[in-house]
Order: sequence, then structure tokens, then C-alpha cells
Amino acid sequence: MAVEKIFKDEASEEKGERARMASFVGAMAIADLVKTTLGPKGMDKILQSTGRGRAVTVTNDGATILKSLHIDNPAAKVLVDISKVQDDEVGDGTTSVVVLAGELLREAEKLVASKIHPMTIISGFRMAAECARNALLQKVVDNGADSEKFKSDLMKIARTTLSSKILSQDKEHFAKLAVDAVMRLKGSTNLESIQIIKKPGGSLKDSFLDEGFILDKKIGIGQPKRIENAKILVANTAMDTDKVKIYGARVRVDSMSRVAEIEGAEKEKMREKVQKIIAHGINCFVNRQLIYNFPEELFADAGILAIEHADFDGIERLALVTGGEIASTFDNPESVKLGHCKLIEEIMIGEDKLIHFSGVEMGQACTIVLRGASHHVLDEAERSLHDALCVLSQTVNDSRVLLGGGWPEMVMAKEVDELARKTPGKKSHAIEAFSRALLAIPTIIADNAGLDSAELIAQLRAEHHKEGCTAGIDVLSGSVGDMAELGISEAFKVKQAVLLSATEAAEMILRVDEIITCAPRRREDRM
Amino acid sequence: MALAFDEFGRPFIILKEQEQKTRLRGLDAHKANISAGKAVARILKTSLGPKGMDKMLSSPDGDVTITNDGATILEQMDVDNQIAKLMVDLSRSQDYEIGDGTTGVVVMAGSFLEQAERLLEHGIHPIRIAEGFEMASRIAVEHLERIAQKFEFGPANLEPLIQTCMTTLSSKIVNRCKRDLAEIAVKAVLAVADLERKDVNLDLIKVEGKVGGKLEDTELIYGIIVDKDMSHPQMPKRIEDAKIAILTCPFEPPKPKTKHKVDIDSVEKFQTLRLQEQKYFDDMVQKCKDVGASLVICQWGFDDEANHLLMHRNLPAVRWVGGVELELIAIATGGRIVPRFQELTPEKLGKAGLVREKSFGTTKDRMLYIEHCANSRAVTIFIRGGNKMIIEETKRSIHDALCVARNLIRNNSIVYGGGSAEISCSVAVEAAADRYPGVEQYAIRAFADALDSIPMALAENSGLQPIETLSAVKSQQIKENNPFYGIDCNDVGTNDMCEQNVFETLIGKQQQILLATQVVKMILKIDDVISPSEY
Repeated sequence: MAVEKIFKDEASEEKGERARMASFVGAMAIADLVKTTLGPKGMDKILQSTGRGRAVTVTNDGATILKSLHIDNPAAKVLVDISKVQDDEVGDGTTSVVVLAGELLREAEKLVASKIHPMTIISGFRMAAECARNALLQKVVDNGADSEKFKSDLMKIARTTLSSKILSQDKEHFAKLAVDAVMRLKGSTNLESIQIIKKPGGSLKDSFLDEGFILDKKIGIGQPKRIENAKILVANTAMDTDKVKIYGARVRVDSMSRVAEIEGAEKEKMREKVQKIIAHGINCFVNRQLIYNFPEELFADAGILAIEHADFDGIERLALVTGGEIASTFDNPESVKLGHCKLIEEIMIGEDKLIHFSGVEMGQACTIVLRGASHHVLDEAERSLHDALCVLSQTVNDSRVLLGGGWPEMVMAKEVDELARKTPGKKSHAIEAFSRALLAIPTIIADNAGLDSAELIAQLRAEHHKEGCTAGIDVLSGSVGDMAELGISEAFKVKQAVLLSATEAAEMILRVDEIITCAPRRREDRM
Repeated sequence: MALAFDEFGRPFIILKEQEQKTRLRGLDAHKANISAGKAVARILKTSLGPKGMDKMLSSPDGDVTITNDGATILEQMDVDNQIAKLMVDLSRSQDYEIGDGTTGVVVMAGSFLEQAERLLEHGIHPIRIAEGFEMASRIAVEHLERIAQKFEFGPANLEPLIQTCMTTLSSKIVNRCKRDLAEIAVKAVLAVADLERKDVNLDLIKVEGKVGGKLEDTELIYGIIVDKDMSHPQMPKRIEDAKIAILTCPFEPPKPKTKHKVDIDSVEKFQTLRLQEQKYFDDMVQKCKDVGASLVICQWGFDDEANHLLMHRNLPAVRWVGGVELELIAIATGGRIVPRFQELTPEKLGKAGLVREKSFGTTKDRMLYIEHCANSRAVTIFIRGGNKMIIEETKRSIHDALCVARNLIRNNSIVYGGGSAEISCSVAVEAAADRYPGVEQYAIRAFADALDSIPMALAENSGLQPIETLSAVKSQQIKENNPFYGIDCNDVGTNDMCEQNVFETLIGKQQQILLATQVVKMILKIDDVISPSEY
């Protein structure tokens, strides 16, 4: 008797080898897709959205590329997921993590083909990952105590991160920008207080870091354009019609004159509110919500600069920067903390007028203004800068640093190789495979730069058999170079996250021996 | 479809729209049902044991789940066949009752069905088979009782509990740090356990996950974590010796349930209403302040104005906290949930030693930790992991481990794992079979054979020779009269599960056998399947 169908109509099931092949192929396809973006000479991708307008994004950032893909293969989704997590957690290394996981699976596929059980491969991979991590831990440099050296470490990391992005031409400039911005945070990882404003026009070199705060808003008409020693009230309150909020209240009148009276009362209420706000002794009022014409006029009369509709982030940052509190009631002017700054003025960047707050009390926040030829360039610049900022802020907390340029991979590969030789049993094949997968990363970097990867990797391997070697790939000169001298560094935290998440993902995919796909949910047919 | 005719040759219509239905009867129906049940069992078979593989499930919306947990696999499998649905239910009821062994129960039921099919071919009546199975399952359960061992544990000696949880966790993807997770699970269960009543309320253990970090960062927190942040960005991020007011009323003007209207028809009314509203906000905040609260946790939102007033009076607040979390906070801090501002009193406040906000990674995710609570009976297990799927799978694994620990506290009898209990039962059932005179004898013997399938699957998944290994272990058990020999899945070098510290709970195992037998009995009793044919 034939086996009854047990699934729903469109559900499908793939078993054993087929399932494994499907997931390997899917995962490797994803890895190959982003592979060419790796390294300083990596290429970019153009992404076109399917939405209206067919917006185009040009990017080099692994997480951004993968996020925008529509993927059907479940194993591929696992890789997309790890890249997203890498982005959230450390901000950089989003491409490396996918490529490493892909390489691990490629090696695993060969092992499975030579009849080694996936579980054996997994246990080998685990041992190898642990060993690789320890190898890195032994080699880390921690300059956290020495602020001079630490700053130069940060510069190096920023330069290394930026060199694979669109900003690589001006990496010196942007590395300095990023380091300055992060140093101002004083150890907090809250990147919210670094504001990035993008204005097309000029060249990337014209981008600058502003110590103060720039709000992308216009000053109301008839109000002062420049205020010195500003006292700022940051508020989140309705400045249109202040509704009575008691539930069920409604206006019911029987004649026109009554309507006018109530309207008058409403106006009076607004006026009172404005009076109260003015009574705080301020000369600048920033509101999150809209300010209607009537109150705006009142503010203008009192010579107060009123800024409306600053979005929530803007308000929070402004409150943080100026040291004021976000107020919503105005009955006790004496106890509300006002924000202060030395100077508020309207400035022009390109063709837009912006409001610039300078000489603020708290030095934590700052604004980076990016200039560039087009929106695409600016978007990509922002992503690159974001990566750099993330890495730097993580490094400030965990000041352990490694050399870059394929050096960590070589160190790990060497240790793992050694472990493979010492381990008896079938596991040693898996461990060896792990070391090969690690070597794939410098190989790809070299390949992407158009160098002779086989030759370079062989040279590197030889170099690394000496104790205390600092050799890595110098992509610019196309040869093996001393990474310490070239000043190419990477954050330990990023490398560790890449190693661990890639192993975890590979393990997860290896463990699967059956894929069951449910019938896709039916969408209602649109008429 | 067979039709019945009366003496005039007119067909009887028995079923509504008879022509549109397909119908299977007799042996065909049995076989169809059995093959469906077996198909489900076959899917799960490879997931059994420490070397079992995972399944990747893609939901109708395209979300991917990777899991090893039988109940989860079956739940998400989009099954259409009725008998297969029975198997899904079987696994689910094992999950509800015991929490672990959800894969084993289905595999066991599958092998019972397989044996039943053979007997049916011999021409034995299904009911007799079912009865034989029933008798055999009784023998097996009694035998388990005999070979079970009690072990003592106390707050000072957690080792046996941890070992048992480790057995459960070793088949999951998290087995890399099973020791840590097992310890966490045991400590969590003990923290909320009522050792005198021998009961554990698992609701008091909250399992919260956040993507990022690594599995080793998973921690047990004696307190509550809420995935929320302070309502106003400038409120303090750290409060010591917090007195917590737990409110279920919004910081908004009251909304009477009865329909009502307030008519404004004059300027005076407008003014008074406005004043009232202002006073209302003021009163609310003042009430909280008056009773001495230093943190307000509210189930609802606040108005902007209330929010600022709270901030202004230096009273940090958290809004939109879910009902379940609110209850947990209330239990943990010893506070009362207060539905109205008027009813706030100092006694109703909860107390916590430390409340702090913690941020993660580069995104602005923040979570609120409430620690050092007055009553530490509520705990949280906070899972970190490389990606969403790992976290989900860890949650499921931790749930299994928690259930196992709870079962042990309820009943501290254990049997040994690695298939040893099944082999021992199989031997006992086999020996007992000869004492039954009727046709049931065959069914009982078949039951014994079916029990062997679990160790066989274990051996197969571990890459051993299934038949060879099983016969070796079985003969060893009989020869040395020691029921602790099982399959050496991890290649440790000994078959003695006592030495390997592989335990399972007695009630879990008993339940598996009973549930599987019940479902098989039910399936065997079906002799007619009527279903609407496809059109």
C-alpha cells in the first residue's frame, strides 16, 4: 500500500542527503554573493527595490545587501540572520561572518561526501572554534590603559574599517571624524547622540564634525535669527488647540455667539499657556509637536525663537546636549531645568538653512555633516561611517585589539592546524577543514584585490611559522607586509563575534537532515 | 463506494452526498492509517538521541525554525492526514504533561503500529491486538517501577538534578554548554519550587531571549527582566531600594464604563473642565508620591503631561508593561497590583533592591532589570545567542530541562537512559508473554519487539550497527541481570548508563509508554474512514 499523503497539498518535504545538499547549496550561494565585497578592494553591489520608484542602493555593506534580498532557501535565511545580528551587535564584519560560514559549509560538504557523520564534523568544528578563539586571546594587544596609544589604536581600526568602503579615498579624514565623535561619548555605546546629517553637494572631503548640535529645521518668521546665551526650553506639548482630554466632553451650544465665546476661551487658554512658557525666562522654545500660527505669533512678539516639529530623536538629543529636561507642563517655572547654549544661529549648508546650537553644556553629543555628490554616495557614506562608529564604540568598551589584513585568520589557522595534528580520530579531519576555511578569508581578500592569492597565502603561511610574526596581506602594494608597521588593526570583539556566530550558524545548518516547507499562505486575490 | 439496495433495486442513501466521498474499510483502512502513523514516526526517528539531527521547518510566512524538539516539529508541520494529526496530538499531550520525551513517544507509537500491521496480516483481530498491547504496557510500566531508583537531592546536593537535565539537553543544539544551562535550569526550578508540597509553578520562571552575544552569556537572574524602558528619556537609569507602585490604571482622565456625555455650553464650564483635568493629573502623581513610591510600573500609557509631571517630581515610570509581566513583578516584589489611584497605600508597594536599565549592542535596545526583590520566588532566565533561531531553540530546550527538573521534584524516581529502560522492559515483557494463553500472547511479544526500536534508532543515529549493538546490550543485560546497560551514543567506552550518568525521569518514561499505547489502540479500533473526496 502506498504511503498516504500526510502533508497538506503544497507542503513539501526534503530528506537526508537532498535536504543537506539544498541547505549547503543555498548557504554557499549567499556566501558567494557577498564574497566579492570583502576587503579593501572589494566591489559594490547595486540593489534595486521592487517597490514603487525602483529606488536604487549602491552598497558594500554585507548586512544591507542581505537584508534587501528576497530569499526562499531556508538555510540562506540563517546566514542572512547572522549577518543582521552581527550588524546589531558589533556593527562591522557583516560580510566576513557570512563568508566564513559559507566556507565552513563548503568544507563540511566535502567531509560529508567522504562519509563523515555531520555530528562528528560539528564536534570537530567546536573544538577548532574554541582553539581559534584562545589563539586570538593570546595575541591580543590591550592598550586601554594608555590613552595616547589607545587613541592611535582607534585611528588604526577606523582606517581599517573605512578602507573597504566608499570612504576609503578620504579615510584619514573620516577616521579622524569617527574617532573624535566616539571619544566624545566617553565610553557610552549610545550612538544616538551622534547625529548624522546628509546634505548633497560638495565633496566627501567637505564633511565635518560639529561640536555643537545641528537641527534640520527652520526658524519661524519674524523671530530672531541669532541668539547669544540662549536659554532653551525643550518641550513635548500640543501647541495647536489644547483639547480638553476628559473623556466624553463635547461642545454643545445653541447659538453662534456662544461658539464665538468658546473659541475665545480656547484662544485665551492658548495665550495663557504661551504666557506660562514665556514666564520661564527663555529665549528659545523647541517643541516636538506642531506650533500653530497663533502661538507662533505670540512667541515672535515676545522675541522668542520657536522651533516646531522637531522629531523625537531630535528632541531627545537636544535635551541631552543642552542639559534641559523635556517638559510637558508649565506650571512651575522655577523648578524646570532649562537647557543652555552659548549661541544659536541659522547656518547654511549647501542650499539649506539649518539651526546650529554651539557652545553647549554637555560635550557628549555632536553632529557629523556628510557632504557628497549624490544621495547614493551619501547613503553609502552614512552606512560606512555607522560601521566605523559602531566598531569604535565597542572598542572603547573592550579595548582589546588585533592586527588586520588577514593576520588573525592566519594566527587562528596555524593554531587550529596544530590542534588537528594532535587530535586522534575522525574529528581531526573536521578541524583541519576549519583551518582551511579560515584561510579562505585572506585568500578572498587577495583575490578581490586581483593579486596572486595562492602565492601570497603560501608566503604568509611560511612567515607565520616564525614566532611573533606580524605579517599580513598588504593589498596596496600587493605583497606580504608587516601589519604592525602599516597600522592595520581590527577590534577583537568583531573578530570573536565573526568566529563564534559563523561556527554556530554552520553547525545549525549541518545538523539539519530534513526540510519541511509549509504551503505558502494564500494571499487574498486582489481584484 | 459500495451501495446497498432494497428489494426494488433502489439504492439506499446512507451518507449525505455519498458519491462525493471516498471510503476505506476493513483491512485497507487499517493499513492506510498505520502507514500514515508510521510516516510521521519516520520523520522524527532521526531526531532521537544525543546524535539526532535537526529539522528545518519553513512556515507559511517563510519564517525558518530549526529544531530537534518533537512537539515543535509536529506542531509546525502542516499535517493534513487525520491519523497524522493524532500523532501530533500525542506528542503535544506528552509535552503538556511531562515536557520532555516528545520525540520518543511518537517513535514508540510508530513502532507499535509497525508491529500491529504484521499481526493484522496474520489475521489477528485488531481488538485482540489492542488488548494485548494494553496488557503489555501494564507489564512494562510495572517493570519500570521495579527498576526505578530513587535519589536524594537537596539544596546542598544538586548534582543528580543537574545530571538529569544534562541528559535532556544533550540531544539539543545547545549541548555545547549543557552543563551551564542545566545548572541554570535546576537553580531556577529550585528557586520557585515548593519543596514541601512537591510542586513547581513554572509560570514563575520567565524565559526571555535577546539576540546577540553568545550562549555562554545566558544567565539566571533572581528577579524580573522587562523588555521596556523608562517612559521619559531623562529619568534615572538606576534606582536602588526601589518601592514600586504597580498600577493597572492609566495616567489619564477616567473613562467611565457607562455611556456619558459632558456638554460644554458655556465659557465657565470650559474653564472648570480644564482646571479639573489639570488637577486630575496633579492628583494622580501626588498620590503615587505620597505613598512613597520611587518607581511606577503601569500597564497602560501616560499622557505627555502626566509623563512630564512624573519626571518633574522625580518619579521614574515604565509604561505599557504586559499583564503577565505585571503579575510576575507583583509576585517578585511582594507588591499588590493596584487598579485605582485611590487605593494606593504604602503596604501595597513592591520592593526591589535594584532596578536598572541595560542597553545592548549597537541598536538602542534597552531592558529593565528588577533585581534583589523582596520575594525571590520569581526568576528569569535570560538567553543570549548568535541568532534568532538559536534563541528560539534554546528557549525550547530550557523549557524541556525545566520540566524535567520539575518532574524530579514531584517524583524523585529515575530510570536510566540510553535506551536501557526500553531494553529492560522489552526483556521483561518478552518473558511475561509466555504466561498468557490467548492470542494476546502474540501481541505482547510484538510489543516487546516494538520497544526495541527505540534503542535501535538511538544506535542508528549514533552511527553504530543497530542490530549488532542492540543484541550485544540485550544479552549483557540478561547475562548480568543489570538493567542499566544501554546504548553508548557518545562513544564513551562503557555501556553502563549508571556510570555515564544518563538519567531520565520515571514518570516521563511511563507516560511515554502509556500514551503511545493509548493512541495505537485508538488507531487500531478504526475500521472505516470516510472523507470527502477531492474535487
